[in-house]
Amino acid sequence: MLDLKVTGNSHPTPGYSLLRLTDPQNPLPEILPGQFVQLLVENAPHTFLRRPISVNHVDRTANELWLLIHMIGEGTTQLGRLAEGDSVNVIFPLGNSFSTEQCGSAPLLVGGGVGIAPMLYLGSQLKAMGITPTFLLGARSHADLMQLEEFEKYGRVLLTTEDGSAGERGFVTQHSVLSQERFSHIYCCGPKPMMIAVARYALGKDIPCEVSLENLMACGLGACLCCVEDTDLGNVCVCKEGPIFNIKKLKWQI
Amino acid sequence: MADLSTHIGALRLKNPVMTASGTFGYGLEYADFIDLSQLGGIIVKGTTLAPRQGNPYPRMAETPQGMLNCVGLQNNGVDYFAQHIYPQIKDIDTHMIVNVSGSSPEDYAACAARVNALERIPAIELNISCPNVHDGGMAFGVSTKGAASVVKAVRKAYDKTLIVKLSPNVTDITEIARAVEDEGADSVSLINTLMGMSIDSERRKRTLSIGTGGLSGPCVKPIALRMVYQVARAVRIPVIGLGGISNAADAVEFLLAGASAIQIGTMNFVDPTVSVKVVQGINDYLDRHGFQTVQDIIGIVE
Repeated sequence: MLDLKVTGNSHPTPGYSLLRLTDPQNPLPEILPGQFVQLLVENAPHTFLRRPISVNHVDRTANELWLLIHMIGEGTTQLGRLAEGDSVNVIFPLGNSFSTEQCGSAPLLVGGGVGIAPMLYLGSQLKAMGITPTFLLGARSHADLMQLEEFEKYGRVLLTTEDGSAGERGFVTQHSVLSQERFSHIYCCGPKPMMIAVARYALGKDIPCEVSLENLMACGLGACLCCVEDTDLGNVCVCKEGPIFNIKKLKWQI
Repeated sequence: MADLSTHIGALRLKNPVMTASGTFGYGLEYADFIDLSQLGGIIVKGTTLAPRQGNPYPRMAETPQGMLNCVGLQNNGVDYFAQHIYPQIKDIDTHMIVNVSGSSPEDYAACAARVNALERIPAIELNISCPNVHDGGMAFGVSTKGAASVVKAVRKAYDKTLIVKLSPNVTDITEIARAVEDEGADSVSLINTLMGMSIDSERRKRTLSIGTGGLSGPCVKPIALRMVYQVARAVRIPVIGLGGISNAADAVEFLLAGASAIQIGTMNFVDPTVSVKVVQGINDYLDRHGFQTVQDIIGIVE
Protein backbone atom coordinates (compact mmCIF):
# COMPACT_ATOMS: atom_id res chain seq x y z
CA MET A 1 0.00 0.00 0.00
CA LEU A 2 1.54 3.27 -1.11
CA ASP A 3 0.59 6.89 -1.58
CA LEU A 4 1.42 7.58 -5.21
CA LYS A 5 1.65 11.02 -6.77
CA VAL A 6 -0.28 11.99 -9.87
CA THR A 7 2.13 13.07 -12.61
CA GLY A 8 -0.54 13.56 -15.23
CA ASN A 9 -4.19 13.05 -16.03
CA SER A 10 -5.44 13.31 -19.58
CA HIS A 11 -8.78 12.47 -21.13
CA PRO A 12 -8.08 10.45 -24.29
CA THR A 13 -11.79 10.58 -25.08
CA PRO A 14 -14.69 12.08 -23.10
CA GLY A 15 -15.58 9.94 -20.09
CA TYR A 16 -12.17 8.32 -19.82
CA SER A 17 -9.14 9.30 -17.80
CA LEU A 18 -5.55 8.22 -18.36
CA LEU A 19 -4.04 8.64 -14.94
CA ARG A 20 -0.27 8.54 -14.58
CA LEU A 21 1.12 7.88 -11.10
CA THR A 22 4.60 7.72 -9.64
CA ASP A 23 6.35 6.85 -6.42
CA PRO A 24 8.59 9.86 -5.86
CA GLN A 25 10.87 7.92 -3.48
CA ASN A 26 11.39 4.47 -4.95
CA PRO A 27 11.18 2.50 -8.17
CA LEU A 28 7.75 0.95 -8.63
CA PRO A 29 7.63 -2.73 -7.64
CA GLU A 30 7.56 -5.54 -10.19
CA ILE A 31 4.18 -5.46 -11.93
CA LEU A 32 3.04 -8.24 -14.24
CA PRO A 33 0.72 -7.76 -17.24
CA GLY A 34 -2.87 -8.45 -16.26
CA GLN A 35 -2.46 -7.37 -12.65
CA PHE A 36 -4.58 -4.64 -11.12
CA VAL A 37 -4.53 -1.99 -8.40
CA GLN A 38 -7.06 -0.91 -5.76
CA LEU A 39 -7.45 2.86 -5.56
CA LEU A 40 -8.80 4.67 -2.52
CA VAL A 41 -11.51 7.16 -3.50
CA GLU A 42 -11.71 10.34 -1.52
CA ASN A 43 -14.37 13.05 -1.63
CA ALA A 44 -17.08 10.72 -2.92
CA PRO A 45 -19.73 10.49 -0.19
CA HIS A 46 -21.78 7.78 -1.84
CA THR A 47 -18.92 5.38 -2.36
CA PHE A 48 -17.13 3.39 0.25
CA LEU A 49 -14.93 0.72 -1.29
CA ARG A 50 -11.74 1.05 -3.29
CA ARG A 51 -11.93 0.90 -7.07
CA PRO A 52 -10.11 -1.96 -8.81
CA ILE A 53 -8.41 -0.77 -12.00
CA SER A 54 -6.24 -2.77 -14.44
CA VAL A 55 -2.68 -1.79 -15.05
CA ASN A 56 -2.63 -0.06 -18.44
CA HIS A 57 1.11 0.40 -18.67
CA VAL A 58 4.28 0.71 -16.63
CA ASP A 59 6.81 3.21 -17.91
CA ARG A 60 10.03 2.20 -16.17
CA THR A 61 12.00 5.16 -17.55
CA ALA A 62 9.60 7.67 -16.02
CA ASN A 63 8.81 5.33 -13.06
CA GLU A 64 5.13 5.73 -13.94
CA LEU A 65 2.11 3.50 -13.53
CA TRP A 66 -0.64 4.21 -16.08
CA LEU A 67 -4.30 3.54 -15.39
CA LEU A 68 -7.06 3.93 -17.94
CA ILE A 69 -10.25 4.70 -16.06
CA HIS A 70 -13.79 4.66 -17.44
CA MET A 71 -15.54 7.41 -15.46
CA ILE A 72 -18.80 5.58 -15.08
CA GLY A 73 -19.92 6.17 -11.49
CA GLU A 74 -19.17 8.50 -8.60
CA GLY A 75 -15.97 6.68 -7.56
CA THR A 76 -14.34 6.45 -10.97
CA THR A 77 -15.48 9.99 -11.80
CA GLN A 78 -13.75 11.28 -8.69
CA LEU A 79 -10.58 9.37 -9.61
CA GLY A 80 -10.77 10.80 -13.12
CA ARG A 81 -10.69 14.30 -11.64
CA LEU A 82 -7.37 13.85 -9.85
CA ALA A 83 -4.85 16.46 -10.93
CA GLU A 84 -1.08 16.57 -11.25
CA GLY A 85 0.48 16.74 -7.80
CA ASP A 86 -2.45 15.04 -6.04
CA SER A 87 -1.80 11.97 -3.97
CA VAL A 88 -3.75 8.72 -4.21
CA ASN A 89 -3.52 5.66 -1.98
CA VAL A 90 -2.94 2.48 -3.98
CA ILE A 91 -2.80 -1.19 -3.03
CA PHE A 92 -0.83 -2.99 -5.72
CA PRO A 93 0.09 -5.07 -7.56
CA LEU A 94 -2.84 -7.47 -7.11
CA GLY A 95 -3.97 -10.67 -8.77
CA ASN A 96 -2.32 -13.14 -11.12
CA SER A 97 -1.11 -12.31 -14.61
CA PHE A 98 -1.32 -13.28 -18.25
CA SER A 99 0.92 -16.26 -19.02
CA THR A 100 3.35 -14.57 -21.42
CA GLU A 101 5.71 -17.56 -21.50
CA GLN A 102 3.25 -19.66 -23.50
CA CYS A 103 2.19 -17.07 -26.06
CA GLY A 104 3.83 -18.67 -29.10
CA SER A 105 5.00 -16.64 -32.10
CA ALA A 106 1.71 -15.03 -33.12
CA PRO A 107 -0.29 -13.89 -30.10
CA LEU A 108 -3.56 -12.01 -30.56
CA LEU A 109 -4.51 -9.40 -27.95
CA VAL A 110 -8.21 -8.53 -28.08
CA GLY A 111 -9.62 -5.54 -26.21
CA GLY A 112 -13.05 -3.96 -26.22
CA GLY A 113 -14.00 -0.62 -24.67
CA VAL A 114 -11.99 0.07 -21.51
CA GLY A 115 -10.90 -3.58 -21.79
CA ILE A 116 -8.10 -2.40 -24.07
CA ALA A 117 -6.33 -1.16 -20.92
CA PRO A 118 -4.35 -4.28 -19.88
CA MET A 119 -3.51 -5.12 -23.49
CA LEU A 120 -1.09 -2.21 -23.82
CA TYR A 121 1.15 -3.37 -20.98
CA LEU A 122 0.86 -7.00 -22.07
CA GLY A 123 1.83 -6.01 -25.62
CA SER A 124 4.83 -4.04 -24.40
CA GLN A 125 6.02 -7.02 -22.38
CA LEU A 126 5.62 -9.38 -25.35
CA LYS A 127 7.52 -6.93 -27.53
CA ALA A 128 10.32 -6.88 -24.95
CA MET A 129 10.46 -10.68 -25.29
CA GLY A 130 11.06 -10.26 -29.02
CA ILE A 131 7.53 -11.11 -30.11
CA THR A 132 5.37 -8.82 -32.22
CA PRO A 133 1.76 -9.15 -31.09
CA THR A 134 -1.37 -8.33 -33.05
CA PHE A 135 -3.81 -6.03 -31.25
CA LEU A 136 -7.46 -6.32 -32.23
CA LEU A 137 -9.29 -3.42 -30.62
CA GLY A 138 -13.02 -2.80 -30.76
CA ALA A 139 -15.09 0.27 -29.99
CA ARG A 140 -18.47 1.78 -30.80
CA SER A 141 -17.02 4.38 -33.10
CA HIS A 142 -13.80 6.14 -34.04
CA ALA A 143 -14.20 8.65 -31.22
CA ASP A 144 -14.11 5.86 -28.63
CA LEU A 145 -10.74 4.46 -29.72
CA MET A 146 -7.87 5.40 -27.44
CA GLN A 147 -4.08 5.13 -27.18
CA LEU A 148 -3.66 3.91 -30.78
CA GLU A 149 -0.25 5.54 -31.13
CA GLU A 150 0.85 3.71 -27.96
CA PHE A 151 -0.35 0.34 -29.23
CA GLU A 152 1.43 0.91 -32.54
CA LYS A 153 4.77 1.04 -30.69
CA TYR A 154 4.45 -2.62 -29.75
CA GLY A 155 2.71 -4.43 -32.57
CA ARG A 156 0.24 -4.49 -35.44
CA VAL A 157 -3.03 -2.73 -34.63
CA LEU A 158 -6.33 -3.88 -36.15
CA LEU A 159 -9.60 -2.12 -35.41
CA THR A 160 -13.31 -2.72 -35.53
CA THR A 161 -16.02 -0.17 -34.85
CA GLU A 162 -19.72 -0.82 -34.65
CA ASP A 163 -20.48 2.08 -36.98
CA GLY A 164 -17.59 1.43 -39.36
CA SER A 165 -15.98 4.83 -38.68
CA ALA A 166 -12.59 3.18 -38.15
CA GLY A 167 -11.22 -0.21 -39.14
CA GLU A 168 -13.70 -2.87 -40.14
CA ARG A 169 -17.40 -2.48 -39.32
CA GLY A 170 -18.81 -4.79 -36.66
CA PHE A 171 -17.58 -6.55 -33.55
CA VAL A 172 -14.02 -7.78 -32.96
CA THR A 173 -15.07 -11.36 -33.66
CA GLN A 174 -16.22 -10.30 -37.15
CA HIS A 175 -12.79 -9.00 -38.19
CA SER A 176 -11.49 -10.62 -41.38
CA VAL A 177 -8.09 -11.39 -39.86
CA LEU A 178 -9.67 -14.11 -37.76
CA SER A 179 -10.46 -16.18 -40.84
CA GLN A 180 -7.25 -15.31 -42.69
CA GLU A 181 -4.56 -15.96 -40.11
CA ARG A 182 -3.75 -18.53 -37.48
CA PHE A 183 -2.92 -17.16 -34.03
CA SER A 184 -0.90 -19.00 -31.40
CA HIS A 185 -2.54 -17.64 -28.25
CA ILE A 186 -5.41 -15.24 -27.51
CA TYR A 187 -5.60 -12.76 -24.64
CA CYS A 188 -8.89 -10.95 -24.17
CA CYS A 189 -10.43 -8.25 -22.00
CA GLY A 190 -13.72 -6.48 -22.53
CA PRO A 191 -17.47 -6.78 -22.00
CA LYS A 192 -18.54 -10.31 -21.10
CA PRO A 193 -20.53 -10.96 -24.32
CA MET A 194 -17.41 -10.02 -26.30
CA MET A 195 -15.19 -12.29 -24.21
CA ILE A 196 -17.63 -15.17 -24.65
CA ALA A 197 -17.63 -14.64 -28.44
CA VAL A 198 -13.82 -14.57 -28.48
CA ALA A 199 -13.70 -17.66 -26.28
CA ARG A 200 -16.04 -19.44 -28.72
CA TYR A 201 -13.71 -18.57 -31.62
CA ALA A 202 -10.65 -19.74 -29.66
CA LEU A 203 -12.27 -23.03 -28.67
CA GLY A 204 -13.41 -23.63 -32.25
CA LYS A 205 -9.89 -23.11 -33.55
CA ASP A 206 -8.28 -24.87 -30.58
CA ILE A 207 -6.23 -21.81 -29.66
CA PRO A 208 -5.34 -21.29 -25.97
CA CYS A 209 -7.28 -18.30 -24.63
CA GLU A 210 -7.04 -16.27 -21.46
CA VAL A 211 -9.61 -13.68 -20.38
CA SER A 212 -9.47 -10.93 -17.77
CA LEU A 213 -12.56 -10.81 -15.53
CA GLU A 214 -13.86 -7.77 -13.69
CA ASN A 215 -16.31 -9.18 -11.15
CA LEU A 216 -17.42 -6.70 -8.49
CA MET A 217 -14.89 -6.69 -5.67
CA ALA A 218 -14.69 -5.45 -2.14
CA CYS A 219 -11.30 -6.27 -0.57
CA GLY A 220 -9.16 -7.27 -3.56
CA LEU A 221 -7.15 -9.53 -1.25
CA GLY A 222 -9.11 -12.79 -1.27
CA ALA A 223 -10.65 -12.14 2.15
CA CYS A 224 -14.29 -11.17 1.55
CA LEU A 225 -15.21 -13.80 -1.08
CA CYS A 226 -17.49 -11.36 -2.91
CA CYS A 227 -15.96 -11.44 -6.41
CA VAL A 228 -16.21 -15.18 -6.97
CA GLU A 229 -16.37 -16.88 -10.35
CA ASP A 230 -17.55 -20.45 -10.82
CA THR A 231 -14.65 -22.57 -12.12
CA ASP A 232 -13.57 -26.18 -12.30
CA LEU A 233 -12.36 -25.69 -8.72
CA GLY A 234 -15.71 -24.27 -7.55
CA ASN A 235 -16.17 -20.62 -6.56
CA VAL A 236 -12.82 -18.84 -6.55
CA CYS A 237 -11.94 -15.20 -5.93
CA VAL A 238 -11.30 -13.25 -9.13
CA CYS A 239 -9.08 -10.86 -7.14
CA LYS A 240 -6.76 -13.59 -5.92
CA GLU A 241 -7.01 -16.60 -8.26
CA GLY A 242 -7.66 -14.22 -11.18
CA PRO A 243 -8.37 -11.79 -12.72
CA ILE A 244 -6.86 -13.81 -15.59
CA PHE A 245 -8.42 -17.19 -16.31
CA ASN A 246 -7.89 -19.75 -19.03
CA ILE A 247 -11.33 -20.11 -20.60
CA LYS A 248 -11.21 -23.88 -20.11
CA LYS A 249 -11.29 -23.36 -16.33
CA LEU A 250 -14.49 -21.30 -16.46
CA LYS A 251 -18.05 -22.62 -16.35
CA TRP A 252 -19.18 -20.26 -19.11
CA GLN A 253 -21.77 -21.40 -21.62
CA ILE A 254 -19.53 -20.86 -24.62
CA MET B 1 1.49 3.97 27.21
CA ALA B 2 -1.75 2.85 28.84
CA ASP B 3 -2.60 -0.73 29.75
CA LEU B 4 -4.77 -1.89 26.87
CA SER B 5 -5.39 -5.44 28.06
CA THR B 6 -8.91 -6.71 28.44
CA HIS B 7 -10.71 -9.98 29.19
CA ILE B 8 -13.32 -12.02 27.36
CA GLY B 9 -14.24 -14.81 29.75
CA ALA B 10 -11.03 -16.62 30.64
CA LEU B 11 -9.26 -15.09 27.68
CA ARG B 12 -6.86 -12.21 28.21
CA LEU B 13 -6.48 -9.99 25.13
CA LYS B 14 -3.38 -7.80 24.82
CA ASN B 15 -5.64 -5.07 23.52
CA PRO B 16 -9.36 -4.79 22.74
CA VAL B 17 -9.02 -4.73 18.95
CA MET B 18 -10.01 -7.81 16.98
CA THR B 19 -10.88 -8.29 13.35
CA ALA B 20 -14.35 -9.49 12.42
CA SER B 21 -15.16 -12.81 10.82
CA GLY B 22 -15.53 -12.77 7.06
CA THR B 23 -13.58 -9.56 6.65
CA PHE B 24 -10.07 -10.75 7.41
CA GLY B 25 -9.82 -14.20 5.82
CA TYR B 26 -7.54 -16.31 8.01
CA GLY B 27 -5.35 -13.33 8.86
CA LEU B 28 -2.73 -14.47 6.37
CA GLU B 29 -4.30 -12.34 3.65
CA TYR B 30 -3.34 -9.25 5.68
CA ALA B 31 0.12 -10.33 6.85
CA ASP B 32 1.78 -8.23 4.12
CA PHE B 33 0.12 -5.10 5.48
CA ILE B 34 0.32 -5.34 9.26
CA ASP B 35 2.05 -7.19 12.08
CA LEU B 36 -0.79 -9.54 13.06
CA SER B 37 0.66 -9.96 16.57
CA GLN B 38 -0.32 -6.37 17.32
CA LEU B 39 -3.99 -7.34 17.34
CA GLY B 40 -5.97 -8.47 20.35
CA GLY B 41 -7.47 -11.28 18.31
CA ILE B 42 -8.47 -12.43 14.85
CA ILE B 43 -11.83 -14.05 14.20
CA VAL B 44 -11.32 -16.23 11.17
CA LYS B 45 -14.04 -16.72 8.62
CA GLY B 46 -17.23 -18.71 9.15
CA THR B 47 -16.55 -22.42 9.35
CA THR B 48 -19.11 -25.19 9.01
CA LEU B 49 -19.06 -28.95 9.54
CA ALA B 50 -19.32 -29.69 5.80
CA PRO B 51 -17.83 -27.63 2.95
CA ARG B 52 -20.10 -24.94 1.49
CA GLN B 53 -19.89 -23.29 -1.94
CA GLY B 54 -21.79 -20.22 -0.75
CA ASN B 55 -24.25 -18.25 -2.86
CA PRO B 56 -23.89 -17.47 -6.57
CA TYR B 57 -22.34 -14.24 -7.84
CA PRO B 58 -23.18 -11.34 -7.51
CA ARG B 59 -22.63 -11.33 -3.79
CA MET B 60 -21.88 -7.68 -3.14
CA ALA B 61 -23.47 -4.30 -3.64
CA GLU B 62 -21.91 -1.06 -2.51
CA THR B 63 -24.12 1.35 -0.58
CA PRO B 64 -23.51 4.86 0.71
CA GLN B 65 -20.88 4.37 3.43
CA GLY B 66 -21.24 0.63 3.42
CA MET B 67 -21.95 -2.52 1.50
CA LEU B 68 -24.33 -5.43 1.25
CA ASN B 69 -23.03 -8.98 0.97
CA CYS B 70 -24.61 -12.38 0.52
CA VAL B 71 -21.51 -14.58 0.49
CA GLY B 72 -23.38 -17.36 2.26
CA LEU B 73 -20.63 -18.91 4.39
CA GLN B 74 -18.43 -20.24 1.59
CA ASN B 75 -15.77 -22.38 3.28
CA ASN B 76 -14.04 -25.74 2.89
CA GLY B 77 -15.41 -27.21 6.10
CA VAL B 78 -13.93 -27.69 9.56
CA ASP B 79 -11.83 -30.75 8.68
CA TYR B 80 -10.11 -28.87 5.87
CA PHE B 81 -9.57 -26.01 8.28
CA ALA B 82 -8.01 -28.29 10.89
CA GLN B 83 -5.72 -30.00 8.38
CA HIS B 84 -4.70 -27.22 6.04
CA ILE B 85 -5.35 -23.80 7.60
CA TYR B 86 -4.74 -24.40 11.30
CA PRO B 87 -1.07 -25.38 10.82
CA GLN B 88 -0.49 -22.08 9.00
CA ILE B 89 -2.10 -19.86 11.61
CA LYS B 90 -1.56 -21.61 14.93
CA ASP B 91 1.68 -19.80 15.68
CA ILE B 92 0.46 -16.29 14.93
CA ASP B 93 1.03 -14.43 18.18
CA THR B 94 -2.53 -13.38 18.86
CA HIS B 95 -5.75 -15.17 19.72
CA MET B 96 -6.99 -16.98 16.63
CA ILE B 97 -10.71 -17.47 17.14
CA VAL B 98 -12.88 -19.56 14.84
CA ASN B 99 -16.33 -18.42 13.80
CA VAL B 100 -18.57 -21.51 13.78
CA SER B 101 -21.84 -21.87 11.90
CA GLY B 102 -24.28 -24.68 11.23
CA SER B 103 -27.74 -25.70 10.17
CA SER B 104 -28.89 -27.50 13.33
CA PRO B 105 -27.86 -27.48 17.00
CA GLU B 106 -26.17 -30.87 16.46
CA ASP B 107 -24.31 -29.49 13.47
CA TYR B 108 -23.01 -26.51 15.44
CA ALA B 109 -22.00 -28.80 18.30
CA ALA B 110 -20.16 -31.24 16.05
CA CYS B 111 -18.25 -28.41 14.37
CA ALA B 112 -17.45 -26.81 17.74
CA ALA B 113 -16.19 -30.16 19.07
CA ARG B 114 -13.71 -30.44 16.18
CA VAL B 115 -12.43 -26.94 16.91
CA ASN B 116 -12.25 -27.76 20.62
CA ALA B 117 -9.54 -30.29 19.79
CA LEU B 118 -7.32 -27.62 18.23
CA GLU B 119 -4.96 -26.60 21.00
CA ARG B 120 -4.08 -23.12 19.74
CA ILE B 121 -7.66 -22.00 19.14
CA PRO B 122 -8.68 -20.60 22.54
CA ALA B 123 -12.23 -19.58 21.68
CA ILE B 124 -15.01 -19.83 19.14
CA GLU B 125 -17.54 -17.29 18.01
CA LEU B 126 -20.87 -18.93 17.36
CA ASN B 127 -22.58 -17.44 14.36
CA ILE B 128 -26.32 -17.60 14.96
CA SER B 129 -26.85 -14.48 12.92
CA CYS B 130 -25.81 -14.98 9.29
CA PRO B 131 -28.63 -13.48 7.18
CA ASN B 132 -27.49 -15.15 3.95
CA VAL B 133 -28.19 -18.84 4.44
CA HIS B 134 -31.55 -20.56 4.46
CA ASP B 135 -30.68 -23.54 6.58
CA GLY B 136 -29.79 -22.24 10.03
CA GLY B 137 -27.69 -19.15 10.55
CA MET B 138 -29.95 -16.28 11.48
CA ALA B 139 -32.94 -18.60 11.87
CA PHE B 140 -31.54 -19.50 15.30
CA GLY B 141 -30.51 -16.00 16.22
CA VAL B 142 -33.89 -14.34 15.93
CA SER B 143 -35.68 -16.17 18.74
CA THR B 144 -34.68 -16.74 22.36
CA LYS B 145 -35.61 -20.39 22.00
CA GLY B 146 -33.57 -20.95 18.83
CA ALA B 147 -30.56 -19.11 20.20
CA ALA B 148 -30.72 -21.00 23.49
CA SER B 149 -30.98 -24.38 21.73
CA VAL B 150 -27.77 -23.84 19.77
CA VAL B 151 -25.79 -22.49 22.71
CA LYS B 152 -26.99 -25.32 24.94
CA ALA B 153 -25.83 -27.95 22.44
CA VAL B 154 -22.49 -26.27 21.81
CA ARG B 155 -21.78 -25.63 25.48
CA LYS B 156 -21.82 -29.41 26.07
CA ALA B 157 -19.35 -30.00 23.24
CA TYR B 158 -17.05 -27.04 23.80
CA ASP B 159 -15.20 -26.19 27.02
CA LYS B 160 -13.15 -23.14 26.03
CA THR B 161 -14.28 -19.54 25.67
CA LEU B 162 -17.62 -19.37 23.88
CA ILE B 163 -18.62 -16.11 22.23
CA VAL B 164 -22.05 -15.88 20.59
CA LYS B 165 -22.51 -13.44 17.71
CA LEU B 166 -25.93 -11.83 17.75
CA SER B 167 -28.21 -10.68 14.98
CA PRO B 168 -29.54 -7.12 14.94
CA ASN B 169 -32.53 -8.29 12.91
CA VAL B 170 -34.68 -8.75 16.00
CA THR B 171 -37.22 -6.82 18.01
CA ASP B 172 -35.25 -6.84 21.26
CA ILE B 173 -31.62 -7.91 21.10
CA THR B 174 -31.27 -7.87 24.91
CA GLU B 175 -33.66 -10.83 25.20
CA ILE B 176 -31.49 -12.92 22.88
CA ALA B 177 -28.36 -11.84 24.76
CA ARG B 178 -29.88 -12.92 28.08
CA ALA B 179 -31.02 -16.23 26.61
CA VAL B 180 -27.51 -17.15 25.45
CA GLU B 181 -25.99 -15.95 28.71
CA ASP B 182 -28.36 -18.25 30.59
CA GLU B 183 -27.13 -21.19 28.50
CA GLY B 184 -23.53 -20.57 29.43
CA ALA B 185 -22.11 -18.26 26.77
CA ASP B 186 -18.96 -16.52 28.00
CA SER B 187 -19.48 -13.44 25.86
CA VAL B 188 -21.67 -11.96 23.17
CA SER B 189 -20.48 -10.12 20.09
CA LEU B 190 -22.75 -7.75 18.23
CA ILE B 191 -23.88 -6.79 15.72
CA ASN B 192 -23.83 -9.09 12.72
CA THR B 193 -25.06 -7.47 9.49
CA LEU B 194 -28.49 -5.89 9.03
CA MET B 195 -30.61 -7.50 6.38
CA GLY B 196 -31.02 -5.22 3.41
CA MET B 197 -31.69 -5.04 -0.30
CA SER B 198 -30.37 -3.30 -3.37
CA ILE B 199 -32.21 -2.80 -6.66
CA ASP B 200 -30.75 -2.09 -10.09
CA SER B 201 -33.35 0.28 -11.49
CA GLU B 202 -32.01 0.10 -15.05
CA ARG B 203 -32.46 -3.67 -15.17
CA ARG B 204 -35.43 -3.65 -12.77
CA LYS B 205 -33.87 -6.48 -10.80
CA ARG B 206 -32.61 -7.02 -7.31
CA THR B 207 -28.84 -6.66 -7.43
CA LEU B 208 -27.74 -9.57 -5.25
CA SER B 209 -28.05 -13.17 -6.39
CA ILE B 210 -30.35 -14.18 -3.55
CA GLY B 211 -32.23 -10.88 -3.48
CA THR B 212 -31.14 -9.75 -0.03
CA GLY B 213 -27.87 -9.33 1.81
CA GLY B 214 -26.30 -8.17 5.04
CA LEU B 215 -25.50 -4.46 5.41
CA SER B 216 -22.22 -3.45 7.03
CA GLY B 217 -19.85 -0.52 7.09
CA PRO B 218 -19.89 2.93 8.69
CA CYS B 219 -23.59 3.39 7.84
CA VAL B 220 -24.61 0.82 10.49
CA LYS B 221 -22.53 2.24 13.33
CA PRO B 222 -25.23 4.20 15.18
CA ILE B 223 -27.48 1.12 15.28
CA ALA B 224 -24.66 -1.11 16.47
CA LEU B 225 -23.65 1.38 19.12
CA ARG B 226 -27.18 1.62 20.49
CA MET B 227 -27.48 -2.17 20.65
CA VAL B 228 -24.11 -2.59 22.38
CA TYR B 229 -25.14 0.00 24.94
CA GLN B 230 -28.41 -1.85 25.61
CA VAL B 231 -26.89 -5.33 25.79
CA ALA B 232 -24.01 -4.24 28.01
CA ARG B 233 -26.61 -3.16 30.55
CA ALA B 234 -28.67 -6.34 30.19
CA VAL B 235 -26.04 -9.05 30.71
CA ARG B 236 -23.15 -9.72 33.10
CA ILE B 237 -20.87 -11.38 30.53
CA PRO B 238 -18.48 -9.22 28.50
CA VAL B 239 -19.78 -7.67 25.29
CA ILE B 240 -17.74 -7.40 22.11
CA GLY B 241 -18.88 -4.48 20.00
CA LEU B 242 -18.77 -4.30 16.24
CA GLY B 243 -20.62 -2.67 13.39
CA GLY B 244 -19.19 0.10 11.26
CA ILE B 245 -16.08 0.85 13.30
CA SER B 246 -13.71 2.66 10.97
CA ASN B 247 -11.29 4.46 13.28
CA ALA B 248 -10.15 4.77 16.89
CA ALA B 249 -12.80 7.36 17.74
CA ASP B 250 -15.50 4.89 16.73
CA ALA B 251 -13.83 2.14 18.75
CA VAL B 252 -13.69 4.36 21.84
CA GLU B 253 -17.42 5.06 21.50
CA PHE B 254 -18.13 1.31 21.65
CA LEU B 255 -15.88 0.92 24.71
CA LEU B 256 -17.62 3.82 26.44
CA ALA B 257 -20.97 2.22 25.57
CA GLY B 258 -19.93 -0.92 27.43
CA ALA B 259 -17.96 -3.13 25.05
CA SER B 260 -15.01 -4.94 26.65
CA ALA B 261 -13.47 -5.40 23.22
CA ILE B 262 -14.30 -4.41 19.65
CA GLN B 263 -14.04 -5.89 16.20
CA ILE B 264 -13.20 -4.16 12.96
CA GLY B 265 -14.90 -5.58 9.91
CA THR B 266 -15.77 -3.99 6.61
CA MET B 267 -13.24 -1.16 7.02
CA ASN B 268 -10.45 -3.74 6.56
CA PHE B 269 -11.47 -3.79 2.89
CA VAL B 270 -10.84 -0.08 2.50
CA ASP B 271 -7.74 0.18 4.66
CA PRO B 272 -5.98 -3.13 5.39
CA THR B 273 -3.97 -1.40 8.10
CA VAL B 274 -6.92 0.16 9.96
CA SER B 275 -6.88 -2.38 12.83
CA VAL B 276 -3.41 -1.49 14.06
CA LYS B 277 -4.15 2.21 13.63
CA VAL B 278 -7.14 1.73 15.95
CA VAL B 279 -4.94 0.04 18.59
CA GLN B 280 -2.63 3.05 18.53
CA GLY B 281 -5.52 5.48 18.48
CA ILE B 282 -7.18 3.94 21.55
CA ASN B 283 -3.88 4.26 23.39
CA ASP B 284 -3.59 7.90 22.34
CA TYR B 285 -7.12 8.57 23.58
CA LEU B 286 -6.38 7.03 26.97
CA ASP B 287 -3.16 9.02 27.31
CA ARG B 288 -4.81 12.23 26.21
CA HIS B 289 -7.57 11.86 28.80
CA GLY B 290 -5.33 10.59 31.58
CA PHE B 291 -6.72 7.05 31.83
CA GLN B 292 -4.24 4.38 32.95
CA THR B 293 -6.07 1.39 31.52
CA VAL B 294 -8.66 0.66 28.89
CA GLN B 295 -10.78 -0.88 31.66
CA ASP B 296 -11.25 2.62 33.06
CA ILE B 297 -13.41 3.65 30.12
CA ILE B 298 -15.51 0.54 29.52
CA GLY B 299 -19.18 1.41 29.97
CA ILE B 300 -18.60 4.79 31.59
CA VAL B 301 -20.68 6.83 29.18
CA GLU B 302 -23.19 8.92 31.07
